[in-house]
Amino acid sequence: MKRDDSKYLIIGNSVAAVAAVEAIRSKDSTGRITIISDEPYSVYSRPLITYFLSGKVDEKRMFYRDGGFCQRNKVVTILGERVMALYPQEKKVVLENGRGFHFDRLLLSTGGTPIIPQIEGKKLRGVFTFTCWNDARQVRDFIESQKIRRAVVVGGGLIGLKVTEALVELGVEVTVVELADRLLGATFDRKASELVKNYIKKFAISVLVNNTITGIKGENSTVCGATLRDGAVIDAQLIVFAIGVRPNASLAEEAGIEVNRGVIVDEQMETSVSDIYAAGDVAEGWDTLMHARRPLPIWPVAHRQGSIAGYNMAGFPKKYPGGFPMNSVELCGLPTISAGITDADQEGYEILQDYHPRERRYRKIVLLDNRVVGAIFVGNIDRAGIIIGLIKAGIDVRQFKDHLLSEDFGLLWLPQDYRKHIVEGPGIEV
Amino acid sequence: MRRIYINEDYCIGCRLCEIYCLVQHSHSQKIIKAYKEELPRPLARVLVEEQGYLSFALQCRHCEDAPCIEACITGAIGRDSNTGAVLCDENRCVGCWMCIMICPFGVINMNTEGKKVASKCDLCYGEEEPVCVKNCPNEALVYEER
Repeated sequence: MKRDDSKYLIIGNSVAAVAAVEAIRSKDSTGRITIISDEPYSVYSRPLITYFLSGKVDEKRMFYRDGGFCQRNKVVTILGERVMALYPQEKKVVLENGRGFHFDRLLLSTGGTPIIPQIEGKKLRGVFTFTCWNDARQVRDFIESQKIRRAVVVGGGLIGLKVTEALVELGVEVTVVELADRLLGATFDRKASELVKNYIKKFAISVLVNNTITGIKGENSTVCGATLRDGAVIDAQLIVFAIGVRPNASLAEEAGIEVNRGVIVDEQMETSVSDIYAAGDVAEGWDTLMHARRPLPIWPVAHRQGSIAGYNMAGFPKKYPGGFPMNSVELCGLPTISAGITDADQEGYEILQDYHPRERRYRKIVLLDNRVVGAIFVGNIDRAGIIIGLIKAGIDVRQFKDHLLSEDFGLLWLPQDYRKHIVEGPGIEV
Repeated sequence: MRRIYINEDYCIGCRLCEIYCLVQHSHSQKIIKAYKEELPRPLARVLVEEQGYLSFALQCRHCEDAPCIEACITGAIGRDSNTGAVLCDENRCVGCWMCIMICPFGVINMNTEGKKVASKCDLCYGEEEPVCVKNCPNEALVYEER
């Protein structure tokens, strides 16, 4: 094998890549693995970048695996280099500098690309997106060097609100501008959104909904404010775009691999071209609740998809039936968990809820045909995983429906055969 | 690996397992101090579920294919290479609660004592046998390789 040839080539260096390496190495201890990443860092945790920004997590704790991970697993890493082209027939990728790498099997785990709206001033100094470690470093350096006092975060989703939390902890006043009529519209229902909005306002966070910014004002090529759709101008020296991420699928698309919103994969995480796999935010796998293919850009799905891809790449067939969206986010000390279909107003859905707005506690369970298909927990998240486990297992809850939201709800209420299976089994699949 | 297995028919719901677990995971390791002086009170990592005549003690199953390891964003939760136990490195945990979201047994708790961290059974790391098993008066919990 030539120096730059690999049995396994992985593009991208986040959780799907790590899970793939671990799966491959559990089956093949010698086949050469190469990871190419356009980021200069050894494997770190992307979700920790807001914790890094606020200073809660230091440089050392950013790394998802210890420094010996690649050496131990005999992984060759090419960091800080971008792959420019993929040639499926020749089984080869080429870097920006012209260097080529052949592979037997390829994993695309290139993640997502942040969306930046086409508005005036988006190139000014002080405008950022927020998806990788360098973004966090640049925002932090900018705040420190320019003594930033006021910021606008565009987008009131999970990333937007986590960035907001970090900025507030750094003493920056933040205005969150959200296009929809409420925060966290993709994962929460109206009540939960309202609870979070009212809660975070206590931390001097302004929230503007039904609004967006139409332009960024600059002075000496640096941000000095944002113009809103309604004409108002907000004074701010920092703008962070957190309006969403799309699968970073251009490499696959240009190579003729089937791409919808993300790179389309089958149950083994293989793309339309054999020996080429995709996993993580770039992939479009199966949503078991919506019964449709769609990107599920969440950490546990990326991990599982990477692992499944790894086993298949190593020649050990394994299938992934799919996943569904779920998120756990603590905002300014308020824990929240949401999963599945959370905002179902169509006929056929049954809603159970326990709502205490003054104490900032809300639990909601969405049922369809006596099966749990969604849940929201705000304030009290104790044992939320049991409910989410019921979504995954598709258990008929008719017999114990009335207890699902009771304080002492636990495994004891579950049908004995299901309970025995999960309590006594050596382990469970997710 | 050796795991804790539950014999629910033997459980009498005495909750001694919870008490021994709490003391084992307290700073002082003394029962009175753990309950009366350490505030907020340390957490037990085992929970007795009880309804009528049915009860059982439940703690982390240390799953072979552990979903919490996958869901952990920091890498704090991992498998101990010696014992096979699923452990949480509390120094690295940031309290994102992804593990609480994904654990189908509901056996990971929020520990908000100091720095917020996920609290779970560690099979009494370093002990010959977990204290819940050792002190169960009716062998409703056993620790063995199956």
